[in-house]
Amino acid sequence: MIRTLYLGWRYLVYHRLKTSILVTSITLILFLPVGLRVIVDQSSKQLTARAVSTPLMVGSKGSPLELVLSTLYFRSEIPETMDYGEAAQVADSGLARAIPIYAKFRARGRPIVGTSIEYFAFRGLRIATGRQLARLGECVVGSRAAEAMGLEPGGHVVSSPESVFDLAGVYPLKMNVAGVLEYSDTADDDAIFVDIKTAWVIAGLGHGHQDVSRPEAAGAVLSRDDENVTANASVVQYTEITDENRDSFHFHGDLSGFPITALVVVPLDHKSSAILQGRYESEELSTQIVRPITVMDELLDTILTVQSFVVAGAVIVGLATLASAALVFMLSLRLRRREIETLFKIGGSRLAIGTVMVSEIAVVLLSSVVLAGLLTLVTREFGSAAIRALIRM
Amino acid sequence: MIRIEDLKFRYGEGDFRLSMAALEIERGSTVAFVGPSGSGKTTLLNLVAGIIVPQNGLIETDGVEVSTLSDAHRRDFRIAKIGLVFQEFELLEYLTVLDNILLPYRINPSLKPDLSVRRRAEQLAEQVGIADKLSRFPRRLSQGERQRVAVCRAVLPQPALLLADEPTGNLDPLNKDRVLDILFDYAGATGATMLAVTHDHDLLGRFARVIDFKDYHELDTTPRTEER
Repeated sequence: MIRTLYLGWRYLVYHRLKTSILVTSITLILFLPVGLRVIVDQSSKQLTARAVSTPLMVGSKGSPLELVLSTLYFRSEIPETMDYGEAAQVADSGLARAIPIYAKFRARGRPIVGTSIEYFAFRGLRIATGRQLARLGECVVGSRAAEAMGLEPGGHVVSSPESVFDLAGVYPLKMNVAGVLEYSDTADDDAIFVDIKTAWVIAGLGHGHQDVSRPEAAGAVLSRDDENVTANASVVQYTEITDENRDSFHFHGDLSGFPITALVVVPLDHKSSAILQGRYESEELSTQIVRPITVMDELLDTILTVQSFVVAGAVIVGLATLASAALVFMLSLRLRRREIETLFKIGGSRLAIGTVMVSEIAVVLLSSVVLAGLLTLVTREFGSAAIRALIRM
Repeated sequence: MIRIEDLKFRYGEGDFRLSMAALEIERGSTVAFVGPSGSGKTTLLNLVAGIIVPQNGLIETDGVEVSTLSDAHRRDFRIAKIGLVFQEFELLEYLTVLDNILLPYRINPSLKPDLSVRRRAEQLAEQVGIADKLSRFPRRLSQGERQRVAVCRAVLPQPALLLADEPTGNLDPLNKDRVLDILFDYAGATGATMLAVTHDHDLLGRFARVIDFKDYHELDTTPRTEER
């Protein structure tokens, strides 16, 4: 048998281009539906895992999917903001903890997430190097963001202006890197976290500037009365919060009216959760409460429907490919008729001749199945990481 | 070596018929079959080899009544006892020269390959002048070299009977002589019987016996035989 298989092997090696094309096409057609299924399953698990760990979410009324994606993954369109006071209302209800999220700005393409210190405990995020947020103007950086941006404690990162044309609005803020987070294999790895107040400074809602009561700022003062000083634009605005100028930073207005993009709500128990959800059912409210897992399940249903179409398409293409491969094998056998006749005349046994001919088909099919299996294993191992990397690009 | 009695054969389709009352060929003789195309020369070679079986009559080759054997036994008989040489060489394009020579040992388990077989294959290749081309594929050989490879493949199992169907039909004069020399040398050295179909009357002088099929087609008579 081995002697006969050797002949089959020599045939395949001699016709290696034809063999490679056949193996490649059959491998891909076998792998496509299986690999797609593996990727969708893994992505589903990842999406679901983060959603499951986030019981409830409050945001402005609008697209629940936008709210969930922007709050869980800091992606998608930024939803309409709501008042920070909503956090106090939830907390005051005694039904849940409320963690504010203000994820509107970016630094070199990475999301800047304004939140409270509680967020880190809620997500189980730990500091790998440096320390936790302690002062206004500081940030802690996710592990992938730190690696990509070359950041480490003691370094700096500057927020990007919202718009290059927004000359009079948001100024870039140079933030000090207090620490770098441990790798968590979540969207948090790509984010830059700041205290919610630092995020408001980036938004231009708080600022620090030269003390206009001091003599060296006299040239900038336009008018002065008992309570107000009016100055012109020559007053120096600080773009970095340092120990020297930290005290000069202040916010104008009531903080409860300041914007946040979402609230992560952690109910005390199921009953509290149900009561809270009931309170947001009113049509008149400008805010909504969503269960991220419900929203993600709906998204997954859509993805699975799309996947079904893709798999159906792949199966049709696969059948066409297999039909083509069968045609190639049939033509091959036809072309080898003379060889079969020679082997018969010389005295080749029926089994040996059959093995020589079938080995071409068997080796091609077997190689394709093995390769498709290996590709599936590789996909299972690295597929989701590759997709995340692709999405980040 | 070969005994034929009351042979009758026809293919499933067409008008062709081969009838032979009696024919005997002695062991070690060299016989040429001549005659017009379609007169049954190749058919007779195939009958003697057991590639096809007659509807009637006896064919005995090397003491074995081939036509009564099963298909599997006829194959075993051919691979061990008969060396076949074809006009179109019939080498396998995807095998090297050495693998082509060793082919009989890879397609029938009744032949057991060992190191001595490989050594014999290399010696044969050396004898016919293709020892330096053992790793080449047939497409990179000349016509003469290809037929020498085919002859090496035919004689490697040391058959008692060589059947050659126009073995020099595609060769130039120099290679004709060279290939025939190899076949006759083998037959002479081993005492093997050789039957060859040929249209080349210039070569007939080399054979001990010539059987002319000219008047034999569809006639139930013994062919005209010319002894040399």
